Amino acid sequence: MISFSQVRKSYRGGHEALAELSFSIEPGELGFITGRSGAGKSTLLKLIPAIERPTSGTVLVNGQNIGSMRRPAIPYLRRNLGLIFQDQKLLYDRSVFENVMLPLAFTGHAHKDAARRARAALDKVGLLAREKANPITLSGGEQQRLCIARAVVNRPGILLADEPTASLDSASAAEVMEMFRSFNQVGVTVLIATHDEALVERLNPRVLALKQGRLES
Amino acid sequence: MSTWLRQHWQTFRLTLARLAANPLGTLLNVMVIGVALALPLGGYLLLQNLGGVSRQLTGNPQITLFLAREAGKADIAALQARLPQLAGVRAVRFIPRDQALEGLKHTENMADVIATLQSNPLPDAFVLETSGSAAELARLEPELKALPKIAHVQLDSAWVKRLETLIALGRTAVLILATLLASGLVAVTFNTIRLQILTQKDEIEVSKLIGATDAFIRRPFFHLGFIQGALGGLAALGIVYLCMRILNRSILELARLYGADFSLGFFGFSDCLSLLFFAAFLGWLGAYMSVSRHLAEIEPR
Repeated sequence: MISFSQVRKSYRGGHEALAELSFSIEPGELGFITGRSGAGKSTLLKLIPAIERPTSGTVLVNGQNIGSMRRPAIPYLRRNLGLIFQDQKLLYDRSVFENVMLPLAFTGHAHKDAARRARAALDKVGLLAREKANPITLSGGEQQRLCIARAVVNRPGILLADEPTASLDSASAAEVMEMFRSFNQVGVTVLIATHDEALVERLNPRVLALKQGRLES
Repeated sequence: MSTWLRQHWQTFRLTLARLAANPLGTLLNVMVIGVALALPLGGYLLLQNLGGVSRQLTGNPQITLFLAREAGKADIAALQARLPQLAGVRAVRFIPRDQALEGLKHTENMADVIATLQSNPLPDAFVLETSGSAAELARLEPELKALPKIAHVQLDSAWVKRLETLIALGRTAVLILATLLASGLVAVTFNTIRLQILTQKDEIEVSKLIGATDAFIRRPFFHLGFIQGALGGLAALGIVYLCMRILNRSILELARLYGADFSLGFFGFSDCLSLLFFAAFLGWLGAYMSVSRHLAEIEPR
């Protein structure tokens, strides 16, 4: 479960990204954060894995208070979250397969077990045939699917995606959205930030509309 | 525990693979460390060998007592009875002046000189074998001088003392050199690790974002520092060994001319092992300092 109450986030220099934000996402829910760029979508998503800390208010993730979380505890929080970044953050010095293996390197899986899981994740996003390829050779849609495979390989309970369809054509975007929906259908909590309102309307999910750091009712 | 060991083993293999993937860079780093360590190590080897020589020479320091010309048979007999009772004296040998002259005749180029002499100019002498250290000899000297009919007391330990002082001086020099170059090694590793961290900046950032602990991220850099230090230590031992072999050819020749059998000996197994561990530790230290300094700078935003 994710719960925000009275969350304010301001950056040095006085810019206020989020103000008085309160909402909660139940386990298994599919939620969208919409709003124009600069509305605070990315900031909201960064608060959940403790990439940013709230200036005031409380952010609870699975009962843990992000604001007061000690640094050494953060990696263990992040292992329960699947993160898909706006700038993808794929590693181009290694293969598709090795990119998906990365999150399994520090969770203590034996190599065989890890490889099996990585292939299962690649299979789910339809990239198993490209496992030896370098990510740079993949199309935009394939790269985004690779990000999804890396995010789900640890079987997280919560999936967070920041603008996952921003650079994709409408067919690839629909494909990626369908993938999120199928993860949600097997019980994963999914929270997606997007400015693509048309895409959201088709799915008819829970929507958190942000405007200048506040929720629009 | 087994997870921890497996992760270390995986990291170790990965680090070796990384080093092997960049052979030239690795070789250069190892050579820099190796040469830096070889200088004080070579100095230490020389001192260790010189120390062995000086210990051999001081094994039984001798004192020679020259008697006054007017000493008679009774005086000699009295001394012969008295000398062995002194503390620190192990053996007493009397060399009559005639025997000393006889001995001198057998020395090359001296026979002609001696043949021209009217009478024997040499005094009677006692040679004392002592068991004592340099300090005991110094204590014994005035005691011997105070004995009757003694003209001159000659300690043959004086130059040994000088040698020992020289060796002590050399030790200090080597220690200073070692300290300086050890800091150099730490600095070299510090820089190597800094570059490596920059190279892997993206990987580190992503790893942090998806739940890698700091310990996990640091580990490969510690391994890298440790392995590089150990390889540098190995290179230093190789360099010193090679130099020793080359020097020994000339030293054996030189020693033979002096009628001695002497050559440089290498370090024992445990010394080599300590050096490797010391070098590896210095590498680890450089990595530790570098990682503490630079890893915090890569914080995902």
